Amino acid sequence: MRKTDIGPPHYGQFLPPVIQANYGKWRYHEIPRPGVLVHVAESGDRLYTVRAGSPRLLSVQTIREICDLADTYCDGYLRFTSRHNIEFLLTDPAKIEPLVADLAARGFPVGGTGHSISNIVHTQGWIHCHSAATDASGIVKALMDELVGHFTTMALPGKLRVALACCVNMCGAVHCSDIAILGIHRRPPKINQERLPKVCELPTVVASCPTAAIRPTRKDGHDSVEVAEELCMFCGNCFTVCPAMPLNDALNDGVSIWVGGKVSNARSEPAFSKLAIPFLPNNPPRWPEVVEAVTRLVDVWAANARHYERMGEWIERIGWPRFFRMTGIEFTKQHIDDFRHAETTFKRSVHLKG
Amino acid sequence: MSDKKPTPKLDELETGPWPSFVREMKRAAETSPMAEGLLGVVELSYEDRVGHWKHGGVVGVRGYGAGVIGRYSDVPEQFPDVAQFHTMRVNHPAGWFYKTDALRKICDIWERHGSGLTNLHGATGDVILLGTKTEELEPAFEELTENGFDLGGSGSVIRTPSCCVGPARCEWACFDTLALTYDLTRHFQDEIHRPSLPYKFKIKASGCPNDCVAAIARADLSVIGTWRDAIEVDEAALADYVRAGVDVRRDVCDLCPSRCLTWDDKTLTIDNAACARCMHCINVLPKALRPGRERGACLLIGGKAPIVSGAMLSSVLVPFMKIEPPYTELKELIGKILELWADEGKNRERVGEFIQRVGLGSFLEAIGLEPRPEMVKHPRENPYVFYEEYFEEEPK
Ligand code: HEM
Ligand code: HEM
Ligand code: HEM
Ligand code: SF4
Ligand code: SF4
Ligand code: SF4
Ligand code: SF4
Repeated sequence: MRKTDIGPPHYGQFLPPVIQANYGKWRYHEIPRPGVLVHVAESGDRLYTVRAGSPRLLSVQTIREICDLADTYCDGYLRFTSRHNIEFLLTDPAKIEPLVADLAARGFPVGGTGHSISNIVHTQGWIHCHSAATDASGIVKALMDELVGHFTTMALPGKLRVALACCVNMCGAVHCSDIAILGIHRRPPKINQERLPKVCELPTVVASCPTAAIRPTRKDGHDSVEVAEELCMFCGNCFTVCPAMPLNDALNDGVSIWVGGKVSNARSEPAFSKLAIPFLPNNPPRWPEVVEAVTRLVDVWAANARHYERMGEWIERIGWPRFFRMTGIEFTKQHIDDFRHAETTFKRSVHLKG
Repeated sequence: MSDKKPTPKLDELETGPWPSFVREMKRAAETSPMAEGLLGVVELSYEDRVGHWKHGGVVGVRGYGAGVIGRYSDVPEQFPDVAQFHTMRVNHPAGWFYKTDALRKICDIWERHGSGLTNLHGATGDVILLGTKTEELEPAFEELTENGFDLGGSGSVIRTPSCCVGPARCEWACFDTLALTYDLTRHFQDEIHRPSLPYKFKIKASGCPNDCVAAIARADLSVIGTWRDAIEVDEAALADYVRAGVDVRRDVCDLCPSRCLTWDDKTLTIDNAACARCMHCINVLPKALRPGRERGACLLIGGKAPIVSGAMLSSVLVPFMKIEPPYTELKELIGKILELWADEGKNRERVGEFIQRVGLGSFLEAIGLEPRPEMVKHPRENPYVFYEEYFEEEPK
């Protein structure tokens, strides 16, 4: 009998006994060392969590290795976080150090708690997506190799959330991160006139463009479309509905950097990230320009922000002119919004800091 | 024919302290020709700096219209093993908790029927099983359901709802995020598996305003825990923090966005009526302060990434709702929203964009909610006000 619509397994069967006994009755938590949390229940029971970074792309072989660790140290109970970290759930504090040592021997860093950088949320990139203006896993690996010291310690002023999306579709919402790395296209779609009539529905293609840059026309004796290039903002909507209009382009694709966003409501309200660096080139395998730029942003913030001040709260306090001066980033025409409601981002007072 | 080719550029990403995704592809390639092919395709992208994947056609499992994302290589002659490389999305257990035997079952199934590569987890929350061929989809699905796992959503459907760790491990959870997520996933199975909406619809639940799953930025309907009464203070624990050297004035009172905390070196006074319920003071003093007792959630609507008309954060829809089984009030509200948007929304118009087009006021009227001052930062500044009706003087 073919089963359908059974839904997910009930989470209850995967909760370790200490959680089942203390569900909803946790009293407080502490961070005894970076990457390790202890939650204390009203009953006095203690649950220890050891958090390890992962490359998000996991082979079944590695998942089995992680399962072996969970079987050895925590009776087979583990969880994953929204930022692709693995959390081992223990009740015996004597097993923490051996687990951490075992993880280190297998190349899994332990950290991501408190005032640290957590794992970089990212999308699929060249591993799996047709829209990608850059790779995702490669940049994240190169960058985390550099920033891992901020993952395994908690010496930053506040939490640092970095996210990467390989195109403006932004599968997963990077737009509200302390530092967001965004793949961008910079040339209008190239129309494949031979394929277009076979694979695309013309009215849908015309309707897909948010700026009405795509117009019907006739080409080589068949109905087709043309693009008013000065109206194109490289969003890729047309490519999504019509594969004969690719935007991928080795010379013009690359990466932009955005700063100062957050989702947590703590202190300041949730906020979008704002443009810091309009364009950096794709330079695989290690994207040195991107790694250098992000590392500099982290360093300048870490050296100047107050205790608890997230990147955006720090910039808000010192003002954007000083942010650009302190980071040495050039302010350009691209930094000034020119899309809908752009004027709401213009400065409308003489409260000019810095 | 095997796709095995040298990968000098990717090899450079095997070095360094952070765990390497290249190692993962190579490990999977020990048993999977598809993973070997993927290595070749990605190396090619690293050489010529563009991606090599094409749009998926319609692929899926019988009876579902969602849950599988079709993927084809644009260089199939070079890498025949990944000519097709479809992705299956699998419903995750709420809170992403596992026992290893369940995870091992997924591994075994994906080793038999796919590339052996996964994302734990994708940005939606689902288990992402990366890379398989069309003829493997149905056998993989059957084995998954035999072992208790179902597909998630893709396309114009509800996505598998996801949530923070909540009461399972967090002292701040103001409602049971896991129970709600499980219940909603079951309740909306049909809308997750069979496209019937204008576009995608995501539901995410965070137990408190720290919003650890980024619901406000990543969900069309964000359910974020909060409380209505006074923050609870444990004076003895507070005194312990002070003895341990915490600077309550600098690190707590001065950073309170509402400036509603005062500290006279002995007593912390909280003006709870002015508190924004932001969590900062509780985050800094977790042993001494806790959210109040009258707990529930704030519902926000309309968050989305930029496609099509720009990114949006969710905005307040219901300032406070009790979140308790069987969640009737919440389900009825979601039902009304989906019905209205399915009827009136345009193709590929997210609910946030739909609300912008028709106006929040009209949207509220259509789903039967009263306007509330909590929904806006401030009342309108723009004097061009629409009225649908006006009076005429009766003819004499
Ligand atoms: C008891 C305290 C807390 C617990 C147990 C907790 C738990 C978590 C967990 C499990 C995650 C996913 C983490 C990861 O993947 O690395 C997370 C993410 C996050 N947490 Fe917390 N958290 C706590 C406190 C806070 C506080 C105090 C803040 C803000 C001031 C905060 C803001 C966030 C943010 C912004 C994320 C990232 C969400 C995302 O972008 O995916 N959390 N938290
Ligand atoms: C400015 C550059 C931006 C970057 C680099 C960026 C990046 C991302 C990334 C990587 C994700 C997936 C995050 C995750 O899984 O946690 C994401 C998700 C999201 N972003 Fe952004 N983002 C940017 C701007 C914006 C803006 C301006 C908005 C809204 C106005 C926005 C709204 C969202 C939303 C709603 C999601 C969740 C999307 C979804 O799941 O549908 N982002 N963004
Ligand atoms: C066939 C083409 C596409 C493929 C194969 C694809 C693949 C994926 C995958 C695998 C994910 C999950 C990513 C993750 O969990 O990290 C994802 C998420 C997402 N994709 Fe795509 N994508 C495609 C097209 C698009 C298009 C055209 C858009 C927007 C118009 C889009 C917007 C998003 C967004 C907003 C997410 C977050 C989705 C979610 O959380 O459910 N994608 N995509
Ligand atoms: S962000 Fe763009 S390129 Fe990256 S996975 Fe999503 S749709 Fe594909
Ligand atoms: S990329 Fe976007 S703006 Fe440019 S033509 Fe296509 S749909 Fe229009
Ligand atoms: S959102 Fe709040 S309740 Fe949920 S895990 Fe984060 S801090 Fe805890
Ligand atoms: S929760 Fe936030 S607003 Fe309320 S008292 Fe604490 S710091 Fe102030």
